[in-house]
Amino acid sequence: MSQGASHPAHLVMRGITKHFPGVVANDGVDLQVAKGEIHALLGENGAGKTTLMNILYGLYRPDAGEIAVGGQDVRLNRPSDAMAHGIGMVHQHFMLVPVMTVTENIILGQEATRYGPFLARQQAAQQIRELSHQYHLDIDPQAVVQDLPVGMRQRVEILKALYRQADILILDEPTAVLTPAETLAVFRTLTALAQQGTAIVFITHKLKDVLQVAHRITVMRGGRVVGTMTPAETTEAQLAALMVGGQAPQPVVSTPRPYASTEVVLRVQNLRALDDRGAVALDDVSLAVHAGEVLGIAGVQGNGQTELIEVLTGLRSAMAGTVAIDGMETTHATPRRMASRGVAHIPEDRHRYGIVDRYSVADNLVLNTYGDKPFARGIVRCTAAVVAHARQLMERFDIRAPSPFTPAGSLSGGNQQKLVVAREFARPIRLLIAAQPTRGLDVGAMTFLHRQFVEKRNQGCAVLLVSTELDEIMSLSDRIAVMYRGRILATLPAPEATRESIGQLMAGVGSAS
Amino acid sequence: MVLRGGIGRDMRRRDWTGVLVLPCALLTALLLGAVLIWASGASVFEAYRGLFEGMCGSRRSLVETCVAAIPYMLTGLSVALGFHTGLFNIGAEGQFYMGALGAAVVGYAVVGVSAWIHLPLALLAAALCGAAWGAIPGWLKARFGAHEVINTIMLNYVAVKLVDYLVKQVLRDPSASLDRTPYVQATALLPLLLGADYRLHAGLFVALAAVGLVAWLRFKTTLGFEMGTVGANPNAARYAGMRVGGLIVLTMTLAGALAGLAGAGEVLGRNHTLPAAFSSGYGFDAIGVALLAKSHPIGIVPAAFLWGGLRHGAGLMQVHSGVSIDLVYIIQALVLACLAADQIVRGLYRLKPRGFIYVKL
Repeated sequence: MSQGASHPAHLVMRGITKHFPGVVANDGVDLQVAKGEIHALLGENGAGKTTLMNILYGLYRPDAGEIAVGGQDVRLNRPSDAMAHGIGMVHQHFMLVPVMTVTENIILGQEATRYGPFLARQQAAQQIRELSHQYHLDIDPQAVVQDLPVGMRQRVEILKALYRQADILILDEPTAVLTPAETLAVFRTLTALAQQGTAIVFITHKLKDVLQVAHRITVMRGGRVVGTMTPAETTEAQLAALMVGGQAPQPVVSTPRPYASTEVVLRVQNLRALDDRGAVALDDVSLAVHAGEVLGIAGVQGNGQTELIEVLTGLRSAMAGTVAIDGMETTHATPRRMASRGVAHIPEDRHRYGIVDRYSVADNLVLNTYGDKPFARGIVRCTAAVVAHARQLMERFDIRAPSPFTPAGSLSGGNQQKLVVAREFARPIRLLIAAQPTRGLDVGAMTFLHRQFVEKRNQGCAVLLVSTELDEIMSLSDRIAVMYRGRILATLPAPEATRESIGQLMAGVGSAS
Repeated sequence: MVLRGGIGRDMRRRDWTGVLVLPCALLTALLLGAVLIWASGASVFEAYRGLFEGMCGSRRSLVETCVAAIPYMLTGLSVALGFHTGLFNIGAEGQFYMGALGAAVVGYAVVGVSAWIHLPLALLAAALCGAAWGAIPGWLKARFGAHEVINTIMLNYVAVKLVDYLVKQVLRDPSASLDRTPYVQATALLPLLLGADYRLHAGLFVALAAVGLVAWLRFKTTLGFEMGTVGANPNAARYAGMRVGGLIVLTMTLAGALAGLAGAGEVLGRNHTLPAAFSSGYGFDAIGVALLAKSHPIGIVPAAFLWGGLRHGAGLMQVHSGVSIDLVYIIQALVLACLAADQIVRGLYRLKPRGFIYVKL
């Protein structure tokens, strides 16, 4: 594990500083990575890790600082400069063309040609086959990307970088969209690549990943480096404290209990629905959530969870099946009617459905109650009442903003999510639907939200939690259901579920198809 | 920064450099215009002297600027209201024509009623005709998602040609030497405000009342809040339970009514008839006015005066210096370009924005 540390540094970033208007993204950051070293760049969302890597990849130019590759100072003004120096990047959101084959995607931009302008596809495919064997990243060069699972697509991205002879590989949140098994596979790949001499930097906020696979760790916070060490020299708790800058709040783990009452609040039966492209997204889904329980839905992104939430909240129409809240059918109800039935929704994409960036915090807090007393008398709005209400909620939910008039878009992700929660919790609710509620949030906001969910459950609310973060599901749920390809594969009581069993279900093991 | 019907006082207080962008844009446009004048061989001094005299140099020109501003105010409001809801009302021109038609027909055809009834009736007819013309693309958008830019532009042509046909063939005043409708009855005319020597008519009050109404709607009512939400984030609006389709239709209908009233102003206040050669272009200029005012209803007033003033001053500029009035169109276009790409102005005059800017790290 320490083999990387003995070689001289292949990549050196010194004193990197980058300003954006009003914000210092990187402040005198130093980073050194040796050949064959797996270096983890760890930090909360907003710590500046992605900015640093974007600078390395030539997407941004630093205001100050130098970068040296292989002992030579380099200027990286654009990604092609970075690529010319052997720097390759695998982004969090893949940049692949779904309808093209693996070969076509890999050679895109650096096409091998013969006889002038003609593509040498066969040659390229052969090269790629050899490359994939060499790095144990077996893949069929003729496969079409849209048919490949996410783990395989990531391999294509890595091969793309290797094809361009990258010897410094940057990965941005590589495990964000992988099942536990796929995560292990990609770590094996990275270790093998490191053994062959590639320097690897991977950005993450997941502590477990870091301790598992990294040779060295650099922790960033608020644009600065706050620590560099090897995994042997530190613990999860210490890393968490460094990331947060003090005592990390204790993660919320609720004691799972069988649902307090047998009263079913949400009953979904045989639901079928299509996604935006017309493919079947929900294939005969049935579930029930009881009062006083948390039902967690685990599953890799893209298996129908988004569409399920949309149908349940009235944003998508179902083709067949029924949804009932407290026994009353709401299958095709509008969002307004759902809300009047006591359904609260914390949306997956808060910028799309949750808040209006342009509007002030105060206006956002009354986004679905602006027309009711006391916020309006008939058609005329009473802005004083809205502002007073906002001040109250900001205090109660610890929404940090300069004033109630601040535009919501300028709040941090955590505060925006608190805003959504504050708004939804301001009225009595029977059913709470939370979709990826802590995505992109810092530890403090995450803990706060988890506490709110458990409290609601204890008050007798039914909670439906959909998340791709297995830790979140496992620590909060009373029962866990796993979605795969639009179906619920299995529902287990939480005490019986293990990471392995859930992980297998997430990958589709145990499904009839 | 556009305030969309919300309580964003804090924003305004912080980013005061935005206020300077407009004067700087004007200055830039005038400088570039000066270059063009000089290149054409005319005297820059004479040209701009004529322009400013025509805008506000004498009592008469000030009044004429007011008269010119009235239709710009109403059509500007029409476009601005659309923008507030995220809609591009390029159809203000057609709505203007339909409103003019409605006003002209009710104006000459209805006889024997007192002015207290006739004038409001004519105005109402204009508003309704314009509203209908706006409702059509509004409904098409709400129901089918058909983009209002295309539909409003098409309907502009329909309106212009329809009016042209009706005036020339059906409604033509047989006693007239040129193609126009019969003169509007005296009972339907908008009264003159400063006596017969000046052309300033009561349409000014209609326009100012409209400004007040739109401002109230936008900032004080739940309806304005809903419209603004649809404009800012239609998904969030739908999710919050707002009836997005209905709001779109309502917005386009109101916008049409406003542009229709502008048409009424021209017929009942200025021309007293609807001539076939009724080329206005107000509907298109309205887009510029709305942009100048950043879609703010109160801002429409000075924007309309500036626009109207420039247009009126253009005539005097031509007389004084021989520079074609087209130059004013160029200057207006340059002002708009500078405003749209305000980074250019900010760069030129070193106006760094202060205030809230957030960056996703």
